[in-house]
Amino acid sequence: MTATLDLRASLHGLPGVDKVGVEARAAALATRSVKTTAKAAAIDLAIRMVDLTTLEGADTPGKVRALAAKALRPDPADSSCPHVGAVCVYPAMVPYVAEVLAGSGVHLASVATAFPSGQAPLDVKLADTRDAVAAGADEIDMVISRGAFLAGRYDHVFEEIVAVKQACGDAHLKVILETGELATYDNVRRASWLAMLAGADFIKTSTGKVPVAATLPVTLVMLEAVRDFRARTGRQVGVKPAGGIKTTKDAIKYLVMINETVGDDWLDPAWFRFGASSLLNDLLMQRTKLTTGHYAGPDYFTLD
Amino acid sequence: MFEYAPAPESRSVVDIAPSYGLFINGTFEAPGSTGGVFKTVNPATEEVLAEVSAAGPEDVDRAVAAARSAFGPWSALPGAERAKYLFRIARIIQERSRELAVLESLDNGKPIKESRDVDLPLVAAHFFYYAGWADKLEYAGFGENPRPIGVAAQVIPWNFPLLMLAWKIAPALATGNTVVLKPAETTPLSALFFADICRQADLPPGVVNIITGAGETGRTLVEHPGVDKVAFTGSTEVGRQIARSVAGTGKRLTLELGGKAANIVFDDAPIDQAVEGIVNGIFFNQGHVCCAGSRLLVQESAYDEVMESLKRRMATLRLGDPLDKNTDIGAINSAEQLERIRVLTDAGSQEGPERWSPPCELPAQGFWFAPTIFTGVTQAHRIAREEIFGPVLSVLTFRTPAEAIEKANNTPYGLSAGIWSEKGSLILAVADKLRAGVIWANTFNKFDPTSPFGGYKESGYGREGGRHGLEAYLG
Repeated sequence: MTATLDLRASLHGLPGVDKVGVEARAAALATRSVKTTAKAAAIDLAIRMVDLTTLEGADTPGKVRALAAKALRPDPADSSCPHVGAVCVYPAMVPYVAEVLAGSGVHLASVATAFPSGQAPLDVKLADTRDAVAAGADEIDMVISRGAFLAGRYDHVFEEIVAVKQACGDAHLKVILETGELATYDNVRRASWLAMLAGADFIKTSTGKVPVAATLPVTLVMLEAVRDFRARTGRQVGVKPAGGIKTTKDAIKYLVMINETVGDDWLDPAWFRFGASSLLNDLLMQRTKLTTGHYAGPDYFTLD
Repeated sequence: MFEYAPAPESRSVVDIAPSYGLFINGTFEAPGSTGGVFKTVNPATEEVLAEVSAAGPEDVDRAVAAARSAFGPWSALPGAERAKYLFRIARIIQERSRELAVLESLDNGKPIKESRDVDLPLVAAHFFYYAGWADKLEYAGFGENPRPIGVAAQVIPWNFPLLMLAWKIAPALATGNTVVLKPAETTPLSALFFADICRQADLPPGVVNIITGAGETGRTLVEHPGVDKVAFTGSTEVGRQIARSVAGTGKRLTLELGGKAANIVFDDAPIDQAVEGIVNGIFFNQGHVCCAGSRLLVQESAYDEVMESLKRRMATLRLGDPLDKNTDIGAINSAEQLERIRVLTDAGSQEGPERWSPPCELPAQGFWFAPTIFTGVTQAHRIAREEIFGPVLSVLTFRTPAEAIEKANNTPYGLSAGIWSEKGSLILAVADKLRAGVIWANTFNKFDPTSPFGGYKESGYGREGGRHGLEAYLG
């Protein structure tokens, strides 16, 4: 009971978020103009931050192997192109990806805990997590129980995250808040703190499976949360916007936001990732454009 | 740090002539006039942009006479006809907005992102808004048959040259008055470009006359016996002189003068957005804003958190080339204004408050001042009382809402104020007791043509904008 009260008091004691203000700030940052050398550096950094993702019922070993190969060498024609941050797949696909990525430095992320709804008993979620880790995943993307969060059962959500974190062992835990279902920025800030207090290594916006995925203002609120959390506790937590980020222009807006909100320390694939699939090819296309001066057609970039 | 490469807006979109004459009765006169000429410079580089004519008494006579003879036919036009001209002007401003934004940044020193995203859209919006009123004046609540006053003498400042022109000219024309407008000496160019827009819109000659010059020209204009109405935006000192000279003449007068606005942050405020509001309140347009939130009042229980966030945020402000799209803080408008900021901030340092600026490299050429805050300021310090009109914030603290209200009101000015709190009832209670013309809640420096603007006490009288703004131009 006391724990519940403390958690509630802490989360509701956080400063509020003014919707109009946070959206105006995000829109203002989005007007930054990133050109020439700055753009080239941003594109390479964004490629290194991509969690190249496929989360479809139709995924097969062949499909995910191809994706893993692409993660290692996104642009077969240009060896100076960096590899992506990670490949992200369902637990059943982890073994096939692990074979390809072994020893490469590209991380292997798997969604677990009854992704995307999270509507399963805790023991199922934990088994899901342990299986993914055992099969070779070194990063786990879990979903929180949004229903429990919205019902104010913060202790329930907290304990689930703690349990999953334990099941992860050495694997990094990314906690998906599914911000599109949390409805308010105040909830996003509270859920961010809840996840961090429970041990999250990363906080992630979305599953990509509900209509509203990552947005700039939501990510801004989460960046402010990790900044404030580190100032308070000394522990740094990463941020991963996911879903709906499709273009280089979008990705650069996020990098600008990191730059001017939390700074250098998060401008690194260890602390910031993009959960995306089609983004990578647009980054590659823009990268080629910067080096060659012209756009190449889509057939010059590999299918995922 | 992720460095942004320079991203300058192209200067070639604007074509500035080497010299300009006065715009009287629908034509540009030959450069040079009885008052001589003066140069206008780019404050970011000190480069001369153009030579401009200083209107002497005979020029003012001619301008007022042109406005007088245009008044009869212009005021006799049906409102819907006047509206057509205003709509046309508004559309031309939108079409030429990129050119005008670059021009404004060149002559004024303000960042292109502000002239492009704030000034120009508001200028066009103002003309659109008052165009809409022109045929509805009898329903505006000023009597059945409201009449224009006559010839309006309008003198505007250098901080928002084109926007202040719009605030003055749009309501005057919508109501059927004719105008003689004098832009500030350091920023005459956009008004001269506006004169060209009036020609482009086929506005009848004499309805708008633009005369350039310094204070002396302005004095001659407002004291001219042929003028029926005076509208001035600028310093309280000059406003007082104008009020004195207009007294007893029967001329109508509106004044929009200085300010020393309190931006009040309660401990339950949305802190991150409040910090944005503080930054926007005082560093927007280099603090050259009469309604700038130049006094920050922070509740003591939130002081450390707010100041830490504010300093961190200020360190990300980008000062430099006004034409670079990533510049947040541009140049100070003139050497004279820079000197005034220096005198007041030096006084601030000597009187005891602690001064702080983020690491910030100032360009070698031009007029620049780093964003600065003073902490430990009390009501007794000069920097808490006098308008600095620069990127300088004085930080004071309070303990209770009553103390915040008392301190906020303890100023000779009363133009604007800001309140930051997540508690609606507190916002309403405090706003009710603040003596300021504009009060923003959980935002700052938001403008809209539908919203009246004006001050209490030494911040002036009369309102501009909105339905209220019509009153100043109706007899």
